[in-house]
Amino acid sequence: MTPTHTDYRLSQLDQLEAESIHIFREVAAEFEKPVLMFSGGKDSIVMMRLAEKAFYPAKIPFPVLQVDTGYDFPEVLSTRDNWVNRLGVRLIVASVEEAIKNGVVVDDGKTSRNRMQTGTLLHAIEENGFTAAFGGGRRDEEKARAKERVYSHRDEFGQWDPKMQRPELWSLYNGRLHEGEHMRIFPISNWTELDIWDYIGREGIEIPTIYFSHQRRVFERDGMLLSESEHNPLRSGETVEERTIRFRTVGDLTLTGCVESTASTIDEIIDEVAVARVTERGATRGDDRFSEAAMEDRKKEGYF
Amino acid sequence: MATVKSEQMDLLRFATAGSVDDGKSTLIGRLLLDSKSIFEDQLEAVEATSVSKGYDYTDLALLTDGLRSEREQGITIDVAYRYFATPARKFIIADTPGHVQYTRNMVTGASTADLGLVLVDARQGLTEQSRRHAVILSLLRVPHLVLAVNKMDLVDFDQTVYEKIHAEFTAFATKLNIPDLEVIPISALAGDNVVNRSENMPWYSGPTLMHHLEHVHVASDRDLVDVRFPVQYVVRPKSDEHHDYRGYGGMVAGGVLKPGDEVVVLPSGMTSKIAGIDLFDREISEAFPPMSVTVRLEDDVDVSRGDMIARPSNAPKPSQDIDAMICWMTNEPLRPRQKLAIKHTTRSARALVKDIQYRLDVNTLHRDQETKELGVNEIGRVQLRTTVPLLCDPYSKNRTTGSFILIDEATGVTVGAGMINSSS
Repeated sequence: MTPTHTDYRLSQLDQLEAESIHIFREVAAEFEKPVLMFSGGKDSIVMMRLAEKAFYPAKIPFPVLQVDTGYDFPEVLSTRDNWVNRLGVRLIVASVEEAIKNGVVVDDGKTSRNRMQTGTLLHAIEENGFTAAFGGGRRDEEKARAKERVYSHRDEFGQWDPKMQRPELWSLYNGRLHEGEHMRIFPISNWTELDIWDYIGREGIEIPTIYFSHQRRVFERDGMLLSESEHNPLRSGETVEERTIRFRTVGDLTLTGCVESTASTIDEIIDEVAVARVTERGATRGDDRFSEAAMEDRKKEGYF
Repeated sequence: MATVKSEQMDLLRFATAGSVDDGKSTLIGRLLLDSKSIFEDQLEAVEATSVSKGYDYTDLALLTDGLRSEREQGITIDVAYRYFATPARKFIIADTPGHVQYTRNMVTGASTADLGLVLVDARQGLTEQSRRHAVILSLLRVPHLVLAVNKMDLVDFDQTVYEKIHAEFTAFATKLNIPDLEVIPISALAGDNVVNRSENMPWYSGPTLMHHLEHVHVASDRDLVDVRFPVQYVVRPKSDEHHDYRGYGGMVAGGVLKPGDEVVVLPSGMTSKIAGIDLFDREISEAFPPMSVTVRLEDDVDVSRGDMIARPSNAPKPSQDIDAMICWMTNEPLRPRQKLAIKHTTRSARALVKDIQYRLDVNTLHRDQETKELGVNEIGRVQLRTTVPLLCDPYSKNRTTGSFILIDEATGVTVGAGMINSSS
């Protein structure tokens, strides 16, 4: 037994955890077929941990879905597998590669794999008949996400209409859907990047090794450090060199940059994040740089 | 900021309100900037946009107006949530638009707020808008209110201007339910009394805005007396290891629960004792709001989602007749005899509008008993009859068991927010 709380105050991290667990349970109770989008990145790992807590000692009562770009970091995929195996949840992989092959999405040679995830995801949601898809989006990430509801309604085309969002009052979430529609659920909306790291540190849970400082062969493109890879052919003038780096976000390796860092423990990462002067997406995500409304536009199409 | 981990920090949720040009975005920008919560890439993007639009200053409102249509029109349309932290606290701001037609957004932001921040322009004094916002915050029982008298630099930091607004607002506030009020003279643009104490207003001896936000005591606003545990989810592992485990997951809405406590399950009225309270893989000795826990009972009583666990001597009365204040949120008006879906705690039902008693004029507090419908953004007192009993408390006693939402059954949209006066 833990000691009695004399002042009945919860730390902000405990409050965030309680709120997220409440959301997980609400969705599991009210939706026919939920699914958890699980990339193996830090945010979706925290989501997995919260889902584990929400239903313990029962297993997580829904499957997890990974949208595989084919360009994912192997370290991330192995962490994904460890989590799935430990918790005994069913993993569904929606492959962008296959979606291209089946004509679900079109590879015009210009569109990034990240962007092609949208069509692949929507197809997987429709094919499996999912009515709710948990995503690890946080409102602090980006200004369009700051407008996002915890329950985000998507029409039968998977579109987000930011002007028609349902008001969200108290902790009363409205999960009503029409045939063919689904809901995106964001249980960690109110968490910040620092909260995520504090929680990972507190819980002592496994995250992909690429978040920690390591040596990697990288090259510079558009002010970002990208990983050397067969999927990322060098352009003229680009040269590869070995540097001491770590990743702040993980995604498609052709678009996800790394930062020079010697932070090799969670505490060192927390110290680094706390004084960072550039957002994680601004620093390392090529996909947000297309226009000022890049995220909003992608979300309207059905991105998470 | 670097050395404090959020592990030890506490959380304050506040909602901002104010008219269009009261400088709300500038103030939020200032709070974010001075607490080092704006990142260089965000600031650079805002600077670049300001330049390309031909502004001769950096428009901090661009930081908060996240949608394309908002930037085009230069106004805030929808509630946005923003985050910053100081060594003392983490803050969640519900940034609500000031336009008259968006009262529903103000209600949305205020529903989860511990504190409401109303901005007035020192040159204009109190407007209809500031009164309306104070009324909404008091209706929503936001326990702390700050009136920030902004643009003091434009009235030469004149003490009499501040005192006139202070007196006028205090007089108005006596008609409302505002347990804690602080009036702070500031200049969001110049930063006076926002984070740093202003040298321009030596006559003001109260706290700066940031100091007040960091120190206002919110933990005591929760009800720790009346046990309310709406059952959200029944945890049944059906595994060999936990074959007989049966727990009730939920978020504590009131009171303190302890193992050994006698409890009653509503609406069945069956009694039992708390056998244990689990937080993930730990057994804990007590649970209080807003913890999400799993409660186990000694007896195998029938408990399902939508039920409520309370104390036998202190339980809400199940009722199908609800008297409530409703904020209507959609263009098609609310009319008597209308049928709607209702969600109250973890219980869903249908509701029939039996009567609309009056429409409240949020500017004058006048009760208009002639109008028998509520239009969009209007607030009124309504009598409902529900298909199943709800386990409710007056909103003034408990913001969780006293609140509900109304849903249009055809469109599925949330159309009303309700605060219970009483049930019978």
